Amino acid sequence: MNASDRTLSGRIQKAPENFLDREGIRAVIAESKSGRRNFIRQAFAAAATGAAVPLAMAQSNPVPSEGGDPNILNLPEHAKALGQGVAAEGGYGKPSQYEVNVQRRQSPGLTQTTQASVSFAPLQSLFGTVTPSGLHFERHHQGWWDIDPSKHRFMINGLVKTPTVLTMDEIMRLPAVSRFHFIECGANTAVEWSNVAVPTVQYTHGMVSCSEFTGVPLITLLQLAGADLKKGKFVLAEGGDGSSMTRTIPMSLITSGEVLVAYGQNGEMLRPENGYPLRLVVPGVQGVSWVKYLRRVEVGDMPYAAKDEAIHYMDLMPNGQHRQYANIQECKSVVTTPSGGQVLLDKGFYNITGLAWSGRGKVKKVDVSVDGGRNWKQARLETPVLSKSLTRFNIDWVWNGKPGIIQSRATDDTGFVQPTYQQLRSVRDTRSIYHNNAIQSWLVQENGEVKNVQVS
Amino acid sequence: MYKCHKVILTAALVLTTVGAFAQSAAYPGIGRPATTKEVTAWDIDVRPDFKGLPPGSGSVSQGQDVWELQCAQCHGVFGESNEVFSPLVGGTTNEDIKNGRVANLTRRDFPGRTTMMKVATVSTLWDYINRAMPWTAPKSLKTDEVYAVTAYMLNLAYVIPDNFVLSDKNIAEVQKRMPNRNGMSTQHNLWPGKEFSGTAKPDTANVVCMKDCVPEIKVSSMLPDYARNAHGNLAEQNRTVGQQKGADTMQPERKSGVSVMSESLTAPPSVKPAAKTIDPALALLAKHNCNACHAQERKVVGPSFNDMAKKYPGKVDYLAGKIKSGGGGVWGPIPMPAQNAPDADIKTIASWLAAGGAK
Repeated sequence: MNASDRTLSGRIQKAPENFLDREGIRAVIAESKSGRRNFIRQAFAAAATGAAVPLAMAQSNPVPSEGGDPNILNLPEHAKALGQGVAAEGGYGKPSQYEVNVQRRQSPGLTQTTQASVSFAPLQSLFGTVTPSGLHFERHHQGWWDIDPSKHRFMINGLVKTPTVLTMDEIMRLPAVSRFHFIECGANTAVEWSNVAVPTVQYTHGMVSCSEFTGVPLITLLQLAGADLKKGKFVLAEGGDGSSMTRTIPMSLITSGEVLVAYGQNGEMLRPENGYPLRLVVPGVQGVSWVKYLRRVEVGDMPYAAKDEAIHYMDLMPNGQHRQYANIQECKSVVTTPSGGQVLLDKGFYNITGLAWSGRGKVKKVDVSVDGGRNWKQARLETPVLSKSLTRFNIDWVWNGKPGIIQSRATDDTGFVQPTYQQLRSVRDTRSIYHNNAIQSWLVQENGEVKNVQVS
Repeated sequence: MYKCHKVILTAALVLTTVGAFAQSAAYPGIGRPATTKEVTAWDIDVRPDFKGLPPGSGSVSQGQDVWELQCAQCHGVFGESNEVFSPLVGGTTNEDIKNGRVANLTRRDFPGRTTMMKVATVSTLWDYINRAMPWTAPKSLKTDEVYAVTAYMLNLAYVIPDNFVLSDKNIAEVQKRMPNRNGMSTQHNLWPGKEFSGTAKPDTANVVCMKDCVPEIKVSSMLPDYARNAHGNLAEQNRTVGQQKGADTMQPERKSGVSVMSESLTAPPSVKPAAKTIDPALALLAKHNCNACHAQERKVVGPSFNDMAKKYPGKVDYLAGKIKSGGGGVWGPIPMPAQNAPDADIKTIASWLAAGGAK
């Protein structure tokens, strides 16, 4: 079976534009350039005011002229021959060959190096709430390492009775917990503060992922070392790699039991790109605090103003001050399908789906609009809805072939409602880089193509 | 009764182990005390109150020497380079040093934010350089060199004079001249605790409106047409099965307004899953971080790959030698440092360059 057979086996797609000659292509481009923006405004205004037109619904999967689908009429090879054996691909299974488009990607031009860079998770292609470990977003400051766990050590010092050293073997003997949590880079959606900058949800929101993490509550380890929990109001977490990431964590969050020293991710060990063999898990807090290759925690009585909290990861406000120690990822959501760069192949029923999360707790409610925020309907939340974890929402939608603007708006269990761009910008302007949790808009055009847009 | 018995038993256990390692009572056999030597080796952080700062000193001019060898490749001779990382120095004034607030941070039209514009605490600079610099060889500087490099940076921003010797004795005085020392605020509600005097209220207050919420909706921003393919072919970035496909951005956009269903149902071109073969040299450029200083078509810190390929066609050995041992004076004032990569990798890269360096 070759590639062209494959595409035929799915839904029938529309003719591409490549029947146009060079001149024709130029003409189409010129036309779309000159008139497109007006078209969008006019067409959308019309759609919003006009009454719904009854649809003569076309079948997306019509009966071919020969009286039946060859994929049904002619039994395929896999129904008539012997398949492959166990462990055929070696001892670790891989995704189907047809899934190669589902990959994490760098955003072209975003960074000059691959070691101080980001790769974005393909949110447009994911289901449910768990990010497959190999598709988890990456953020490295000085490259990643695959560290020999038998040589990795974890140290606790500072305001403790006994500065203590543990091996990985010892950490893994301690009572463990497993919890689902999202991790979001503070700079997720950063490029969109002023205007639309990237085409797809992978690049706008792909610095969020969610895993089941397994590890030991940090408080257990601090108690083991005899930490002074009264004087020790702050804990410095430090990585063992080149950048030796350091971040200040409040003791109050640690004593709540939420902060984990984790070695497990989705049933296996952490991936090297995600901190193998040990990382901090700080639920609700931006990813930079989830220190990878964790080698040390220090208990102290004041914050540390580390490089990534006193030079980077600070939010510039309009008055020229930086918000320092701004760590919580506030309530946010995004529709992942349909989303920018996708094409609706025909009118009819669709399941609008997306992700919502809050660094303060559970998602209580997600509303979806298909008319740019004028009217909203409450979406269904998939269960379980977990605290500081991704929550999947779905809502039914029948596309009538007219332009529409799809948005989602999440509310968390503190009552906080995800803001609009106008609301965010009126307080923070557009230069703060971090913590952009604005409502995202996707324009569905009449030709079926979905575009990343911002609305006013 | 049983409970009581257990308590006594636990207490007895604690008593017997107290001498060896008291805090492991709950988890006997787990962990051991760290030795002083071990703690010294790892506990390198320096706090804003300079706790953790090792004694030592370095002058501005010593710092300049270290800088030229170790830092200038990425950051520029005067910390001004914007090619690999954001510039370190610039944008601060003597007035800022007086006020402790960088005035340019209030300007929307100011083009960038340098490290010296942002940082409030000189301890952070020292700690940053000490733990993470140089970027490709972190923790390789001696303590006095860290003082010297910190001094050179501070001097470039006019925080300290040319003849200054920075040390653990006078660094607290230098802190009082940091241009943005009063530029930080914890007056927000994004810290996950009550340790700071932050606010409890979020700074935005959207409400849940369900009907007729906005009178008029306008698209205020979208990507221009010429950026259609800037992120590659989006058809190859979406699953080929499902309710949506990716847009084929190698083609101009389908004419707007054409009803989707009225088009002829012709078989499409296959969306081939990308299985590109990548030149092994390109992977090595990334692996050894050559891309930090060199780009394909334009000069970054060093010359472009295209320029090098053009200048040295066929000269594999010459190029390999330059990569391995470094060099200077051929392409500009900033020398190429010797590269600590395996010979086989260097040969692959040199051969690729000598053969034209095609991407």
